[in-house]
Amino acid sequence: MSLLRVEGLEKKFGGLSAVDDLSFEIQAGAVHSIIGPNGAGKTTLLNLLTGVYRPSGGRIVFQEQDLTGRTPHEYAAHGIARTFQNLQVFFNMSALENVMVGRYLHERCGLASALLRFPRLRRAEQACREEAAELMRYVGLQDYLSAAADAMPYGALKRLEIARALATKPKLVLLDEPAAGLNPTEALALDDLIGRLTERGVTVVLVEHNMRLVMGVSDHILVLDYGRKLAEGSAQSIRNDPKVIEAYLGSGVASAGIAGGDRASADTARSAVAESRGNAFANAGSARAGAH
Amino acid sequence: MPSRLAATRTGGLAAFAAVIALLPLALNNSYFYDIAVLVGLNAIVCVGLNLLIGYAGQISLGHAGFFGLGAYGSAILSSRYGWPPLAAMFTTTAAVAALAFLVGRPILRLRGHYLAMATLGLGVIIFMVISTEDKITGGPDGLSVAPFRIGNLVLQDERVWYWVVGALLLVAVWLAQNLIESPAGRALRALHSSEIGAEVVGIDAARHKVMVFVISAVFASIAGSLAAHYSGFITPGKAAFLHSIELVTMVVFGGMASTFGAVVGAAVLTTLPQLLTVFKDYEMIVFGAVMMGTMIFLPRGVVPSLALLLAPRRHDAGGGEPGV
Repeated sequence: MSLLRVEGLEKKFGGLSAVDDLSFEIQAGAVHSIIGPNGAGKTTLLNLLTGVYRPSGGRIVFQEQDLTGRTPHEYAAHGIARTFQNLQVFFNMSALENVMVGRYLHERCGLASALLRFPRLRRAEQACREEAAELMRYVGLQDYLSAAADAMPYGALKRLEIARALATKPKLVLLDEPAAGLNPTEALALDDLIGRLTERGVTVVLVEHNMRLVMGVSDHILVLDYGRKLAEGSAQSIRNDPKVIEAYLGSGVASAGIAGGDRASADTARSAVAESRGNAFANAGSARAGAH
Repeated sequence: MPSRLAATRTGGLAAFAAVIALLPLALNNSYFYDIAVLVGLNAIVCVGLNLLIGYAGQISLGHAGFFGLGAYGSAILSSRYGWPPLAAMFTTTAAVAALAFLVGRPILRLRGHYLAMATLGLGVIIFMVISTEDKITGGPDGLSVAPFRIGNLVLQDERVWYWVVGALLLVAVWLAQNLIESPAGRALRALHSSEIGAEVVGIDAARHKVMVFVISAVFASIAGSLAAHYSGFITPGKAAFLHSIELVTMVVFGGMASTFGAVVGAAVLTTLPQLLTVFKDYEMIVFGAVMMGTMIFLPRGVVPSLALLLAPRRHDAGGGEPGV
């Protein structure tokens, strides 16, 4: 049984289809990556899958429940959490409180209890605080336990969003370009974190331009181009798919792209060659987007 | 750390209680008591309004309307229909809460300037109804209000009112601080910073905005009811736009997202015009200059700016002051 099923999903902005007749399934307990050139509709897709955008057509079925047209907080309540490419951290709070906000669904209390601060709430708050601190350590933020969010560096904020997403106890977590803006060391440490997420029983959907990261951690890759599914399969099959290489590099250099792909697959996924190729993919993507 | 946070909160509340208890030593005539009662009533409104503006980040330019409804509801029910003032006050408060709930749902979808316009409109409508329905409200001529009585106990003396209002203000501050530190309060602060970030962790932003709007309206309504009984005479001016602006100014001046800031803002802006009477014709110019100077030199408002100056390394307090 699939965890998430998308059927004929469509999102139009004016006359433009950002996501067009897209269907795919996500199986529980794996890392699924969504890649594609800039403007392929990846972030739009994440926004659809979390209720931020309302689809123009199609269905989103999560655990056999139709969630099409629901609001973001309803998606969260069903167990879908996410991070944002452009951070949505609560900068008016401490880092710990940011993660505590993530516990909201499991902490809710009546208004009377909140206003009068019943002893039960006081105990629950203490437990919430401890769990939030535990999650911060889990994502590697042990140095920021008493920091204010607006005093944290960019890389730490990215992890803070992951901790906040995990605090909702999600079944599925959608990571929107977690490696963007990170230095190579920080990006490498993400591989480890994403791997550990699946051990927790959380299914991961990763939208990412860093090909080294994608190829290294993904069990399954979905390639989008112009809002449509271009290809789908294992990292190995995607890497060698001529359609994918053409979409990224253009048809004129397709043969060179394949050669590069073979070389990269011969190396380990973490090698410097794969890293530079990842950059080439991303650069080619932006160059193409610029040409259109 | 949590114990320290709790200690800060309890300590702040205890210090505030001590200020209320000791202030009468400095109040040597009924005029000073009168000012103190007015400060307390404004502070109750501002503590509620600060939950809406300072913590949840939603503006209201119509809260004098709720204050006015509280005042007129209590006045009409108790003076015209002979209800016991306490019953009149509770009934009025419930009605204002219901109104805030009904109006809040549609208008809190709006953001920023549009929400400001909508709340302004609400305040203006309430003001117009109070001024024109003169058969019930007395219209622009005002309405005299019977003194507050509970059974045989009649509240008339400024000194008695001081203790009643002081105790209620203390309760208001306590409730506000409890709310802010609760999961619901964190949700409010979260949606202030990023509504979408709050939604995706499961917070129903619309519901929370309406909740805090209703709470702030209830605070304003109760203060309005008390103010009506205290002064014994009310005019539609209490519900007017200018009064709404005064209330928002108090919150911003004292410091947004600071409960004691709201109290300080109410205290300063209620007493300042009295103090400035020594400047005679230049009173309003000096008042404006004080306002501008405060906002230039203490941009976060009086209390948060001073707290930051005095304790630059305090970084784990609830208000979210920046860290080291």
